[in-house]
Amino acid sequence: MSDMTENTATKPPSRLATFWDSDFVWSFRHSPVAIIALLVVAILLLAALFAPWIAPHDPFNPATLNLMNGFTPPGEPNAFTQDTFLLGTDDQGRDVFSTILYGLRISLFVGISAVLLAMIIGVVLGLVAAYVGGWTETIIMRVADVQLTFPAILVAMLIFGIAKGITPPEYRNEMAIWVLIVAIALSDWVQFARVVRGAALVEKNKEYVQAARLIGRGPIPIMFRHMLPNVLSPVLVISTISLALAIIAEATLSFLGVGAPPTQPSLGTLIRIGQGYLFSGEWWILLFPSITLLALALSINLLGDWLRDALNPKLR
Amino acid sequence: MTLLDINKLTVEFPTRRKVFRAVDAASLTVEPGQIHGLVGESGAGKSTIGAAVLGLLERPGHITGGDIVFKGDTISGLNADAMRKLRGKKISMIFQDPLTSLNPLFTVKEQLVETIQAHHDVSDSEATQRARDLIDRVGIPDPDTRLDQYPHQFSGGMRQRVVIALALCSEPDVIIADEPTTALDVSVQAQILELIKELAHERQVGVILVTHDMGVIAETTDVVTVMYAGEVVESGPTEQVMGRPEHPYTQSLIAAVPRPTLKLHRFPQISYGGRETRFAIEDLARNWPKVENDPSKPLYEIKDITKRFLQKRGLLPWSREYFTAVDQVSFDIRPGEVFGVVGESGSGKSTVARMIAGLYQVDEGEIIFDGKTVSNLGDKAVQEAYRQEIQMIFQDPYSSLNPRMRVDDIVAEPIRHHQLMEGKAIQTRVADLLDQVGLGASAALKYPHEFSGGQRQRISIARALATQPRFLICDEPTSALDVSIQAQILNILKDLQEHLGLTMLFISHDLPVVRQMCDRVAVMKAGKIAEIQDTESLFANPRTDYTRELLELMPKLDDLSTENLE
Repeated sequence: MSDMTENTATKPPSRLATFWDSDFVWSFRHSPVAIIALLVVAILLLAALFAPWIAPHDPFNPATLNLMNGFTPPGEPNAFTQDTFLLGTDDQGRDVFSTILYGLRISLFVGISAVLLAMIIGVVLGLVAAYVGGWTETIIMRVADVQLTFPAILVAMLIFGIAKGITPPEYRNEMAIWVLIVAIALSDWVQFARVVRGAALVEKNKEYVQAARLIGRGPIPIMFRHMLPNVLSPVLVISTISLALAIIAEATLSFLGVGAPPTQPSLGTLIRIGQGYLFSGEWWILLFPSITLLALALSINLLGDWLRDALNPKLR
Repeated sequence: MTLLDINKLTVEFPTRRKVFRAVDAASLTVEPGQIHGLVGESGAGKSTIGAAVLGLLERPGHITGGDIVFKGDTISGLNADAMRKLRGKKISMIFQDPLTSLNPLFTVKEQLVETIQAHHDVSDSEATQRARDLIDRVGIPDPDTRLDQYPHQFSGGMRQRVVIALALCSEPDVIIADEPTTALDVSVQAQILELIKELAHERQVGVILVTHDMGVIAETTDVVTVMYAGEVVESGPTEQVMGRPEHPYTQSLIAAVPRPTLKLHRFPQISYGGRETRFAIEDLARNWPKVENDPSKPLYEIKDITKRFLQKRGLLPWSREYFTAVDQVSFDIRPGEVFGVVGESGSGKSTVARMIAGLYQVDEGEIIFDGKTVSNLGDKAVQEAYRQEIQMIFQDPYSSLNPRMRVDDIVAEPIRHHQLMEGKAIQTRVADLLDQVGLGASAALKYPHEFSGGQRQRISIARALATQPRFLICDEPTSALDVSIQAQILNILKDLQEHLGLTMLFISHDLPVVRQMCDRVAVMKAGKIAEIQDTESLFANPRTDYTRELLELMPKLDDLSTENLE
């Protein structure tokens, strides 16, 4: 108490300084793993964001492609054109480095959008289930349980297949990315719903919720204004781990050929293309996209682990 | 011979920002057969001393000075192995919550026999015999059948007796009892304390009794040590410290204890450590709408209300099972009075409060407020109007404020919801309210976790007053607070009733507090009302045996100093 008054008497610290000194940032500053993971994620994110400016070639512009450049090993000049490529080229002479940058864009875009969508669906349904209870809760949570018995990738493939069947062929390639997002989101919302319901059940019985009811607040403000901010920390942790899973799910679907079309290749599509050349000696076409995917997924996962520990007061 | 000698013990908890000194050069001794009370408010370091003696300090806490001498041997600084041999065998512990300190998967016999055999080399049959004797000794009837039962088959009080038997298994020299009766009802509390007292004298065991309750100290202990902020402020024989306290902190602490025998107009507020904050009732009263309380007409008429909770779910109506929490309860509340409801846990008193507040539906009966039925309201407009008239102050100040909302938003929420004001006027009103409850307008921009329990309860009061209600429900408003803070909050509530003409429903299990606060009292037992009387006549001539029993179980505080009381 006494040092609190002293503190305000001398000089109120700036908002940035308070943030820098907070336990949350402190635990980040003292975790080398988290710092490296964030660095990797940040580099990959920036690379994806600024791909058009960084990439030496535009892999989607056929005019810049030269078939003669096909299968150039990384760092070596091409036998015919004497062009060198940092990470080599694929069968069509596309620069692997550039395709990775553009692939990263698609992978991250699909992953982030899918997680956001899954989060919105899961959080809303979880909150409603916990707050309303009764039959509503039973129905929502049984649907979630049933869905959990299928592997997520199977659910995503099913949705993808249905969507492909009902969209007209001329839109199919344009729609593919959006269908992918919805498919992954619908296979992942259950995680959010279960965690949010559990946390919200605890919050629901706290007296501040009753105080809000007493004031006369309706169910919607109580759920979203009062309970939601108090269940957000587990949601944050799950969304990071889900992001890594969603990126991998997208890669898996694309690898299986049901995801991003070859005209808009994601990391998964690139790996699928690359694995065809693995045994004929053109290893770089497969290796570099795979390393990128690994680094991305691993870093996000490590970041999620750290976040879980940092936000859990019991482990502090 | 002195059993335990704690000499200038200092315990520190280094944190990232600074080193927190939980115990600062505290000294005390325990003799055989003596009960040594350790009293102080939360955060005073009393439990830390108990944990240090047992070598159970939570990391990163550690002893940085002084020593603990047990029967001539220094035990502070022993390694974990040596400490483990001592702990449980020579020094044992009684925990606060009997529900969590017994293993639910083993019978009482298994747990006792295991402990006995861990400390004594005896056969199974002899260990069983000893377990039976112990169970018998701690006053559990029918020990032969009870031995084979599981902890969940015992009531709270019986379970705490089992815990005591468990602590006695190893025939220890010292027992540390950390708030052993805080989780129990008054009627059970008295029996458990009596048992601890008997056993200590009979077996010549030294007991350190850690508690925040002055009543427990006055009734049970031989010697008492008073702690404040990690330091021992006063120590001596109980009658002396309680009857003629010397240190100003002890004096203020004792003066703040509600007396069962004497009705005060106000609690004396002797501040120690500069914690007193002003409550500006006059400012508040100036802007309050004048209420004409017509004493002839009741504000509330509660008619035969009943509440049943579903205990076993079932698809078909007849396969469901219900538990009747409140059974045909009726009473009137007159305008301007403080109506008390007392009872032990599970008596349904909080359920009654929540039905009146409209948080629970009423299964049967009717609640009439100011001539209008307000139970199970369907009409939104009537409901909103009723919501403005009543407010509630909750028991736990740590969970009754949304931790993610700023204080100004918390206090402004009722004003915004009922659209009583707009724009800048709301901010001015919130600042005024916070100022009036003694927090200062600067509190507006902070979050609840930056405040202590008593300050949070003031925020709750500010929120409750925001709509200028006529009726206030207080559900155990001070039972989570320290005694000096309790006195402040009770004084505030009294001011509200007197200066603003507020009518109150005051729920409590604490009879002395009820005597100070209430004009009329209803005693509840098992969902029914046992009796309703004016407070003074209830305390003088209880009509039912149950009330008489409750009154007898109140801690007698006759020995306490009456200095500083009006």
